[in-house]
Amino acid sequence: MATALSLTHLGSLMRGVRSVDEVGADERAASLAKRSIKKASKLWALDLAVRCMDLTTLEGSDTPGKVTALCAKAIRPKPGDATIPSVAAICVYPARVADAVAHLRGSNVHVASVATAFPSGQSFLSIKVAETVEAVSAGAHEIDMVIDRGAFLSGDYQRVYDEVVAVKEACGKTHLKVILETGELGTYDAVRRASILAMAAGADFIKTSTGKVQPAATLPVSLVMMEAIRDFVRETGRQVGFKAAGGIRTSKQAIAYLVLLYETLGSDWMTPELFRLGASTLLNDVLMQIDKERTGVYQSGDYFTID
Amino acid sequence: MDVRKTYKLFVNGEFVRSESGRAYRPDGIVNVPRGSRKDLRDAVRAARTAFPAWAARTAMNRGQILYRAAEMLDSRGAQFTDLLGGGVKARREVDQAVETLVWYAGWTDKLPQVAGTVNPVAGPYFNFTLPEPTGVVGIVAPDEPSLAGIVRRIAPALCGANVVVALAPELRPLPALTLAEVFATSDFPAGVVNVLSGQRRELLPWLAAHMDVNAIDVAGCTPEEVRAVEAAAADNVKRVIKVAAGESSPYLITAFMEMKTVWHPIGV
Repeated sequence: MATALSLTHLGSLMRGVRSVDEVGADERAASLAKRSIKKASKLWALDLAVRCMDLTTLEGSDTPGKVTALCAKAIRPKPGDATIPSVAAICVYPARVADAVAHLRGSNVHVASVATAFPSGQSFLSIKVAETVEAVSAGAHEIDMVIDRGAFLSGDYQRVYDEVVAVKEACGKTHLKVILETGELGTYDAVRRASILAMAAGADFIKTSTGKVQPAATLPVSLVMMEAIRDFVRETGRQVGFKAAGGIRTSKQAIAYLVLLYETLGSDWMTPELFRLGASTLLNDVLMQIDKERTGVYQSGDYFTID
Repeated sequence: MDVRKTYKLFVNGEFVRSESGRAYRPDGIVNVPRGSRKDLRDAVRAARTAFPAWAARTAMNRGQILYRAAEMLDSRGAQFTDLLGGGVKARREVDQAVETLVWYAGWTDKLPQVAGTVNPVAGPYFNFTLPEPTGVVGIVAPDEPSLAGIVRRIAPALCGANVVVALAPELRPLPALTLAEVFATSDFPAGVVNVLSGQRRELLPWLAAHMDVNAIDVAGCTPEEVRAVEAAAADNVKRVIKVAAGESSPYLITAFMEMKTVWHPIGV
């Protein structure tokens, strides 16, 4: 559990974060992405990808009806085929949490809600905490918060740290995922620093992106974050999860993330409790790939639900 | 200086080697990419992506683009004549191919009037039928004639606003692969025309069974291959086009199209 760190401790924590070999990270991620996963292993990986998926809809145009449809898809991704497991969670805006909770009752699909002035995080702490409290009381099992990148980039680590601590407190027992929005952090060094900061402040998960900023999740950035998790676990013994989100649309990409995960954090992390893929369009591609492996015939989007 | 050309596949508006890295020598001299099922998959994906925008173009614009293809082919007439072995007969085949493109270019905005109908029905409905594109069309080009043959199948499919994945003749693929350069410089959006070379026995089963291919033209298939294609095409009820290659005909355009009938209530 996080304890409030004093300013000097936080300073030394941040100074102690080693820098990242950028070329090395890019190269390792690229080489792992090339690994060939076929046949039975591919089916296994795709099954895991479905079980670890946070089916997401974060649009201004989200309606209760759209959330209802998404919930049905989350519970039974392919109607008429019980061999396809449910996804891990659905991820919605706080105002849609109640709709999702109502439709997921009795299933093992969690409801994740973004909070804290998603996606920018540029608001007042009291509002961020209040939003979190509302989402939790509406029934969210998981909260996806964003860090204040403005504060982080201007070196105000204390403010970022305090916000995560405050939101974690507001969450209570609810799982907290901290979104770093790596596309706005600029360098791998900053990503690593933000990862350590979030984990030290009590994050249960660290998450790459909101999906609203380009670039979103990339393999090298995920590698840097996973390595930060690995080092954090070695230091503290506390297991922190990893969620990749944004721009993951194909089964091939999803499998590359699983390979990266296995090679960096090991098989312990290959479970929905410690790994998530946040995506809106990935699920259909995974279902099509599963069908392709089973039938030996290339599939068409015409035969899968439109979201 | 003698610059030897590297022949490539034409997928999604780009000239690429086969992802498999393989090549074969149909005439014993020139290396030609031996496309794999994954190249085929990429081509179908590109075509599917390109389809909505291509079908939404105005008929006049599609006609302009087809006419431009005729211009590009004509301006490279000498090159194609050489590829076809030179001589009067080869030149005549190139001219035929150009004429075919011009002919279908003219049909794009006339077909709906000719093939569409207003149907007399016994009720208060305005009932009409219009031809609509089928979608992604696979074309197995005939071996002979190696240029005019593929043009005669691709042009009507494009005229009807379909998108095309064509298999070049296995033994004489060079005119078809060079024809891709004509399409690449004719303002076709990327993915509307894709041309693959390789072994038919490797590619045809995947094309015939692909759920995202809506029609397949078996002009270049043997009778056994046609039977296999029909069996594989049944899964997604692909349209199998078996119209014999011959003179240009509006019926060849409608062969690649779906007829949509609309019942519109009147006096309500």
